[in-house]
Amino acid sequence: MEWHSQLIQYLATGITTGAIYALVALGFTIIYNSTEIINFAQGEFVMLGGMIAAGLLAMAGMPMWAAIMLAIAFATIIGIIFEQLSIRPVKNPSVMNLIIITIGGSILIKGAAMIIWGKDDRPLRSFSSSQPLHIFGAAVTPQSLWVMTGTLLAVILLHFFYEYTITGKALRACAYNRKAAKLCGISVERMVLFSFGLSAALGAFAGILIAPITFTSYDVGTMLGLKGFCAAIFGGLGSNPGAVLGGLVIGTLESLSAGYVSSGYKDAVAFLIMLLVLYFRPAGIFGKRTEKV
Amino acid sequence: MKKLALFTAILVICGLTFATVIAREKPEKAPYKIGAVIDVTGGASGLGEPEKQTLEMLAEELNAKGGINGHKIEMIIYDNESDPTKAVTKAKKLVNEDKVIAVIGATQSGTTFPIIPIVVGAKIPLVSVAASWKIVTDPDTKQTRPWVFKTAQSDSLAVSKIYDYLNKNKISKVALITVSNGFGDSGRGELLRLAPEFKINIVADERFGEQDADMTAQLTKIKGTDAQAVICWCIQKGPAIVAKNFKDLGMTQKLIMSHGIANQKFLDLAGDAANGIILPAGRLIVAEQLPLTDPQRKILLDYKSKFEAKFSPAKVSTFGGHAYDAFMILTNALKKAGPEPEKLRAEIEKTKNFAGCGGIFNMGPDDHEGLTKDAFVMVEIKGGKWELLK
Repeated sequence: MEWHSQLIQYLATGITTGAIYALVALGFTIIYNSTEIINFAQGEFVMLGGMIAAGLLAMAGMPMWAAIMLAIAFATIIGIIFEQLSIRPVKNPSVMNLIIITIGGSILIKGAAMIIWGKDDRPLRSFSSSQPLHIFGAAVTPQSLWVMTGTLLAVILLHFFYEYTITGKALRACAYNRKAAKLCGISVERMVLFSFGLSAALGAFAGILIAPITFTSYDVGTMLGLKGFCAAIFGGLGSNPGAVLGGLVIGTLESLSAGYVSSGYKDAVAFLIMLLVLYFRPAGIFGKRTEKV
Repeated sequence: MKKLALFTAILVICGLTFATVIAREKPEKAPYKIGAVIDVTGGASGLGEPEKQTLEMLAEELNAKGGINGHKIEMIIYDNESDPTKAVTKAKKLVNEDKVIAVIGATQSGTTFPIIPIVVGAKIPLVSVAASWKIVTDPDTKQTRPWVFKTAQSDSLAVSKIYDYLNKNKISKVALITVSNGFGDSGRGELLRLAPEFKINIVADERFGEQDADMTAQLTKIKGTDAQAVICWCIQKGPAIVAKNFKDLGMTQKLIMSHGIANQKFLDLAGDAANGIILPAGRLIVAEQLPLTDPQRKILLDYKSKFEAKFSPAKVSTFGGHAYDAFMILTNALKKAGPEPEKLRAEIEKTKNFAGCGGIFNMGPDDHEGLTKDAFVMVEIKGGKWELLK
């Protein structure tokens, strides 16, 4: 194999996983922006998306697109219920308390998934044919292209939503200054609820996209969640473009290090990058340097 | 609502941690208590569950026939949750509280090692259903451990069988791709150790993590070498991902995997990508295809039909077979020698020509595994089915 096709192979693999990390990271930033909490249950929504879709498809006669839609819808509802039951009723909603609650929620969702679906890995079939395409000597599966275009589409839609819709603008207002937003008549509570639903939907979408490549099981959420968190930190918590860039960079570096160094260090790469960013540029690559005066 | 969530959480935790204990009613003669520490839940549940079912089934069957010399068998099975620490607790309980006469288990090498000193310390026999040779042989002194036996075939036998196959097919350049955990490390060690003996040249030695979701990078590296065959040593979802990536990359070498994939779950996960994979496997998965003269054929088909009738839709598995062999070897010895530990131990050691699920067992003072590489047959996956290679 030529060196350049080898490199393209590593890049294609890296961008595919990177795109998933990006979607997970976006889920983190959406909730961070509206609540300032880090939702450690984010990874579990990725798991829920994949598992629900696999479960629905296993039931006879459900077409792929319907299963995807329903899986996203279910995960969104679970995200909303999660917010209603565990975040909203908290009497002393300090950021630290809420973060710990999300960790508890994540363990609960994972445990429930294990009881409902069992401990086996489950396959999800590819969206289209599984015949790989050959691009400059590198093999790229159609599912990888689905992942890339799916992520791109989600990012574009999200951008338009934030820039041009009233709800999107209200969400941004909450992110800038919650008190001021409240004074302008924006219901912050509703925005928080909305952001939980939105990030659950994004997470579930990511879980469905990646499941045909990596399989899914009740415990895939933890690692994907952590990698997405690293990506969000890398880009600067709260920055959407930063989250996407962070995901892609971490995915690509992981793949390159597995290829050229040793796959044993692959997971370490993400966390090493996160530590370096925290040391040298705590606000992240795209982070706002001057925060709140 | 918070209380409800908390309550549910507690329920979940309780559900996860309770151990399964099966006790039977007392017959007239005092029952023989046999203990087992099995990985029923947790990471190795796919292996442990059929082992537990098999032990329960066999004990029930033996008791229905009147037990051993009038003594019923009381099978006490504890779940160690695939956790070495919990295996220790459960083994101690078997030895100190239940006062069992022998212990079966544990499912994995990693859960077996910590219980060896406990069972050996109590001077009762331990029959493990895990694979590592270090279970029966002390790796430091190279001495056979007198009280410990095992029924799962060692990695070295599987490796020898694979290298035999490669020699026959005139393949000498091989790339390895193995998982970084106990199973993968042990297999990789044997693959590297035995290679010179079979004149096999290892041209690449790639590794991947247990939770890795994509092995394209490692396989791309292998694709760049002149390897004629790729050997993958991994269990659970890893091999299925390797198989898919291998196919997606359009690689044309022979793909060989370990006996660890010989279960239906692998076929379900890998789908089409499984076709063409070659592996060494115990005879259980190809029982119907064995020649009528094969001494294991009858017992394999018998075990299979009984197991599948009782636990349908569950399918019979190699791992349940290891438990079958452990139970049979132990109870056969018990029939002849009675429960006195030293006599029982000596009798297990005398097991000769026992046709079990894993192979023909011929134990001896220096051989507490009793199997040769003929315990394996080479199998190819064709059209999603196992096919015996002649």
